[in-house]
Amino acid sequence: MKAFAREQIAGWLGRPVSQLVCETLLAPTKFSAVRISKRTALALGLLALLSAPLRAEDDAERATRWKDLSQAIFGDRQLLDGAGVMSLEAPARAMDASLVPITIGLSGAEKVKALYVVVDGNPSPLAGTFRFGPLADPRTLKTRVRVEQYTLMHAVAETEDGRLFATERFVKAAGGCSAPSAKDAAAAMARLGQMRMRVDGTPEPGQPATAHLLISHPNNTGMAMDQVTRHFVPARYIQDIKVTQGDAVVFELDADISLSEDPAITFGFIPQGAAPLQVVVEDSARAVFRQSFPITGQGS
Amino acid sequence: MDRAGPGRLTRRGALGLLGAAAFARQASAALFPLVEVAPGIHVRPGVHEEATVANADGIANIGFIVGRTGVAVIDPGGSGIDGTRLREALRRVTPRPVRYVVLSHVHPDHIFGAGAFAPDGPVFVGHPRARDVMVQRGEFFRNRLADIYGIEDAGDYAMPTLLPEPTAELDLGGRTLLVRSHATAHTDADLSVLDPQTGTLWLSDLLFVNRVPALDGSILGWLRELDALALQPAARAVPGHGPAAVAWPEAAGAQRRYLQAVVDGVRAALRRGDDIETAVRTVAQEERGRWLLFDDYHGRTVTAAYKELEWE
Repeated sequence: MKAFAREQIAGWLGRPVSQLVCETLLAPTKFSAVRISKRTALALGLLALLSAPLRAEDDAERATRWKDLSQAIFGDRQLLDGAGVMSLEAPARAMDASLVPITIGLSGAEKVKALYVVVDGNPSPLAGTFRFGPLADPRTLKTRVRVEQYTLMHAVAETEDGRLFATERFVKAAGGCSAPSAKDAAAAMARLGQMRMRVDGTPEPGQPATAHLLISHPNNTGMAMDQVTRHFVPARYIQDIKVTQGDAVVFELDADISLSEDPAITFGFIPQGAAPLQVVVEDSARAVFRQSFPITGQGS
Repeated sequence: MDRAGPGRLTRRGALGLLGAAAFARQASAALFPLVEVAPGIHVRPGVHEEATVANADGIANIGFIVGRTGVAVIDPGGSGIDGTRLREALRRVTPRPVRYVVLSHVHPDHIFGAGAFAPDGPVFVGHPRARDVMVQRGEFFRNRLADIYGIEDAGDYAMPTLLPEPTAELDLGGRTLLVRSHATAHTDADLSVLDPQTGTLWLSDLLFVNRVPALDGSILGWLRELDALALQPAARAVPGHGPAAVAWPEAAGAQRRYLQAVVDGVRAALRRGDDIETAVRTVAQEERGRWLLFDDYHGRTVTAAYKELEWE
């Protein structure tokens, strides 16, 4: 899926991912309004979900962008209205475009095995794919993403029986990918791969618990251009995060450059005994970081 | 001193020399008010607004210091328009050559007027990290300005070649300025300039007065640098935003209180396990009403502080 995310989408747009940002910014997709009228009821259904009224031309462009994106990611599979199944929360206007907190809630009405987070207007739109294991409690999931331009953001839940539910939000933020925060880059690299985890309360075996994982990683987008060499600063980003307890998986995340610097994930899990949670992170430079965290005795 | 204040223009008018050109100059001087905060130190106070077409991104305090043989510009302005106006204003004050252009840090409202001074062939002065930051963010800033002003008027930043490590002296003839590079504070490339002759400490965005401080570096580092700077004896400081000059170190108090309130509030939020959104809503809310543009920047500053302090 990861290879699909970067290469398929880049291929679909016909350009390397690393070049997309400038072109996306300079030449926003120009789809005619006529085209939207030919679209299936799906796009119209999604439009109806919009939380805030937008300018008409933007509505059409954004709906078309999502239509094309969802086609690239999910093919011809039908996307059902996620109302009642899931929610997606994000600030209407982000404080910091490179760190936009999002919360995805699942009502439990459907048994969900995977969750896709898509930031439509980003150069690499599929921000992450969460695959839940047997120890997951996927009702609440939080993370932080970069947002490159005013955009729709989608969460798509895939149920055990293979149906897809989608919900969306409009977020006003810009520059989260192409203007990397370069604060003390040396210090950031010095703690590369360090992790922190906090578990709420005192988890009981078999009872849902919540954990907050923080990973120190610049998650470079590779999109800031060196004006002297005209080369892009090389991308280095987290590709895979896997959380397990014992041999059982809590979740696995196929990630991408749209996660914010120092990725943070709040997730639910059902502890099985008192074994520590194991986290394995692999980045695009093939560096692997492992750490294990006791789930008791943290008392927060 | 070769000064040309409004008074001189008025005398010219009385002499019947007030032609169209002089009138235009006067109008332009009114649009670009310079305050001489100490002999030879001229500051244009910025307006407390976001960048708009009307204000030409003239939102920061910028200006210049005149010596016997040359001039040092300290922050060339927020856009090509702002920089051109500063250069015109400078020429109304002195014919001496612009030897140096100091780039106090890499934020667009302070440096995109640099291109306007290129014809003077000055030495551009910047923090040793400024070049890297410009590489990483310069084009992004340019595009954002171009969205408002068009690419022609957006202006241009300049790569500094004199990089104080950590200090450098700028000789203006009978007046030597001390430029200091700071550890990460407001940003990771902040400079301050001291004019020992008048006891003027030009702090640029290391000091915000009235306008809420915006954090783009390290909140703990900023508090450390502020405390160190407060020990520097000076008659006055020039803040990056606020009045043209303020009493030093008294004027540091409000900013220190604000930054400490954010640190204390974010630490408490982290101890409680509050997420970023909750911290943004709750931290240092007592500071609202004490600062201009609070609602535009405070949430961002809390977010940045949270991101920094969650690794403590």
